[in-house]
Amino acid sequence: MYPAPFEYHRAASAQDAVALLGKYGDEAKLLAGGQSLLPLMKLRFAQPRHLIDVRRIQGLSGIREEKGMLVVGAATPYATLAASALVQAKLPMLSEAAAQIGDPQVRNMGTLGGSLAHADPAGDLPAVALALAAEIAALGPRGARTVHADDFFVELMTTALAPDELLTEVRFPLPPAGSGGAYEKYPNPASRYALVGVAAQLTVAGGKVTAARVATTGLATKPLRALAVEAALQGKAADAASLAAAAEKATDGLKLRAAAQMPDAYRRSLAVTFTARALTRAAKRAGG
Amino acid sequence: MARISLKVNGTQHVHEVEPRMLLVHYLREVLSLTGTHVGCDTSQCGACTVLLDGKAVKACSVLAVQADGSEVKTVEGLAQDGRLHPLQEGFWEEHGLQCGFCTPGMLMAAYGLLQSNPHPDEHAIRAGLEGNLCRCTGYHNIVKAVQHATKTMAEGTSKTAAPARTVGAA
Ligand SMILES: Cc1cc2nc3c(=O)[nH]c(=O)nc-3n(C[C@H](O)[C@H](O)[C@H](O)COP(=O)(O)OP(=O)(O)OC[C@H]3O[C@@H](n4cnc5c(N)ncnc54)[C@H](O)[C@@H]3O)c2cc1C
Ligand code: FES
Ligand code: FES
Repeated sequence: MYPAPFEYHRAASAQDAVALLGKYGDEAKLLAGGQSLLPLMKLRFAQPRHLIDVRRIQGLSGIREEKGMLVVGAATPYATLAASALVQAKLPMLSEAAAQIGDPQVRNMGTLGGSLAHADPAGDLPAVALALAAEIAALGPRGARTVHADDFFVELMTTALAPDELLTEVRFPLPPAGSGGAYEKYPNPASRYALVGVAAQLTVAGGKVTAARVATTGLATKPLRALAVEAALQGKAADAASLAAAAEKATDGLKLRAAAQMPDAYRRSLAVTFTARALTRAAKRAGG
Repeated sequence: MARISLKVNGTQHVHEVEPRMLLVHYLREVLSLTGTHVGCDTSQCGACTVLLDGKAVKACSVLAVQADGSEVKTVEGLAQDGRLHPLQEGFWEEHGLQCGFCTPGMLMAAYGLLQSNPHPDEHAIRAGLEGNLCRCTGYHNIVKAVQHATKTMAEGTSKTAAPARTVGAA
């Protein structure tokens, strides 16, 4: 299957990509790993006239620690995130989530920026970005700006990025001492996308949870914070009983996206189970 | 049209291609390297797996223009000087194929796996081949084939194959 015809542009820099986006407007699309966009173009669900390839832009990929943040370039592939000793040490939730995306071939091409910008309702890294309170940096004709993950995912496959903006990097604040995070996923056995994915980040002091951010993916039209779980954890003991009680609230107030494969009650039950698992491992890593 | 220049199995090629041409079609139709197969054409089956700059990718989900300036390795590039690669020998010895349709993709995915992990255990082999579907074998002999290769490569006991150190040279 061939995509509809288009012109290909390989951007030399982030500024170049933004200039090309400005020049071609609605007819242009950015191309990163292509692991969502190219299948869509082959099925003719997307027919951009201009593709702007950002995958090889120098400086758009790479991982560094800077001012209390782990900064990851938008074009960094999942395989690099999964294998990075720095990510494994500082934010193991991020490396373990990246290691569970699709399959090795997809992980060699697919990128952090592409995953967040695409905002698939079953994507893994959007949930991780929410749980880690990531700051998402964008460059556009009006300059650079940062969007908090809480404000980034707007609706089904819709983000706060403007069509003429490039996602340049993602800044993950490094959590304080006594923190731990974990990602738990129940993959669709065929597609490997999350039927349920849960990202949990806890800070524990004196045996009590002092901060909690929990996000789910695969359930609704976009990744969501599980605010009821977070509230139930706040100030409580980081023990098995309290974590399990909080996990019971995994889908409180959540409107499930239609999914033909399985009954809603089962999906809600999966969400509770995987939230409990994520909380348990996060608390363990926090030392609680 | 776009001009691309890339190295495939060690040979430099320059061609004018339509930007929408997929890498797998470039390999098969322009270079006549038909060892790389198209199975699903929807990014699912891995039959089209090749190495792009040393990493396994699905060539039906990569544009030829994206490979401009890159090195590509296909199943045709595995055997050296008429000798099968230890992975190919493993598939032969362990009956790792039946119809053979998935085999080039399996070989290249396994090759990609061994680049990052030369001594995978059974679980790592299965995880490393997760992006490749086989309708015939039930996977078991494919796993054994890769185990055979890692063993002969480590021991240097391969009958036909090039020595282990050729894995890693792109
Ligand atoms: C077989 C298969 C299995 C998969 N399984 C999973 C899974 O289990 N979990 C999961 O999360 N995903 C999965 N995916 C999807 C994969 O994660 C994609 O890589 C991801 O959705 C898109 O990232 P990309 O880099 O490939 O982006 P592309 O496909 O190149 O682009 C996707 C969209 O993002 C935009 N974009 C890309 N980069 C930027 C940027 N820097 N700034 C602004 N916009 C940008 C593009 O314009 C496009 O609209 C799977 C894909 C396949 C083919
Ligand atoms: S043909 Fe490329 S993944 Fe099936
Ligand atoms: S041997 Fe027939 S598909 Fe694998």
